[in-house]
Amino acid sequence: MHSFGYRANALLTFSLTALAFICAIASFSDNFSNQNPSAEIQIVNINRFKKQSYGNDEVSLTLDITADLQSLFTWNTKQVFAFVAAEYETPKNSLNQVSLWDAIIPDKEHAKFRVQTSNKYRFIDQGHNLRGKEFNLTLHWHVMPKTGKMFADKIVMPGYSLPDAYK
Amino acid sequence: MGLIGEKIDSIKSIQIRQLLTQAISLGMIVTSALIIWKALMCVTGSESPVVVVLSESMEPGFKRDPIRAGEIVVFNIVGRDIPIVHRVIKVHERENTGEVDVLTKGDKNLDDDRLLYAKGQLWLHRHHIMGRAVGFLPYVGWVTIIMTEKPIIKYILIGALGLLVIKSKD
Repeated sequence: MHSFGYRANALLTFSLTALAFICAIASFSDNFSNQNPSAEIQIVNINRFKKQSYGNDEVSLTLDITADLQSLFTWNTKQVFAFVAAEYETPKNSLNQVSLWDAIIPDKEHAKFRVQTSNKYRFIDQGHNLRGKEFNLTLHWHVMPKTGKMFADKIVMPGYSLPDAYK
Repeated sequence: MGLIGEKIDSIKSIQIRQLLTQAISLGMIVTSALIIWKALMCVTGSESPVVVVLSESMEPGFKRDPIRAGEIVVFNIVGRDIPIVHRVIKVHERENTGEVDVLTKGDKNLDDDRLLYAKGQLWLHRHHIMGRAVGFLPYVGWVTIIMTEKPIIKYILIGALGLLVIKSKD
């Protein structure tokens, strides 16, 4: 009952339980933060729009992304992963989501930004449905906590469209 | 004579009782661990509720949850034993069957995961995906990593636990 081994075991169990409990309440506290992120995206230019040799459409465009994600940061936030995806529908696919740009935002100071960039990842359709296609640009964010539950949300911006003819 | 006989009897019965108590304590520890593991499987609906490294099963833990861009998924590639935990960057979901083509990429990597997929494989499908990540417990994974890379430590730990239980009953 009073041996070293028994005490060490009791101490270990207690500290692990206490740590788990602290982790849970730290994570729970994230539910109480007031969040009001905002964003605006503009398509500056369609650089290239063609049909690949395999028959799939590919678009290269330049985006102007303005966002304020500062209110997402809490004391329990390690970083925020933000990305912009083009989302659209085709006859064969009920949903297509193509990530065009993403960034790891390490702290609150970097969370209010404006960036002009061409798409980081290739925007390739499964097929050749993109001429005149209407799509949404959605800014998604995933908040990665120091400990506990991750949460994610998005702002959907509809109303973008691609030209009717290849360029 | 009678007294010695009584003494021997009482010692024997104490020893048997101690032995039984020790066996039960050990059993309790093992079954508690099993209960926690099974309960986690139930609550998360996943075959591998706490993933740091592999699970043998290829079945997805969730069948009807749609897979969307931005989610962090755990997937297996044919020919690799360790599952990979990366983020989905592209999704193409079929209208009629609900089947899905998924492309993943590690946040910090420059390239997408096509280099990691099997030869000729361009997309992941639902049957490759075993689950999705929903949260973080810092440093806990190290225990599993150490136990997988040096399985001796697993046996030492269990042996030590067993010893502890037995010793504490005297």
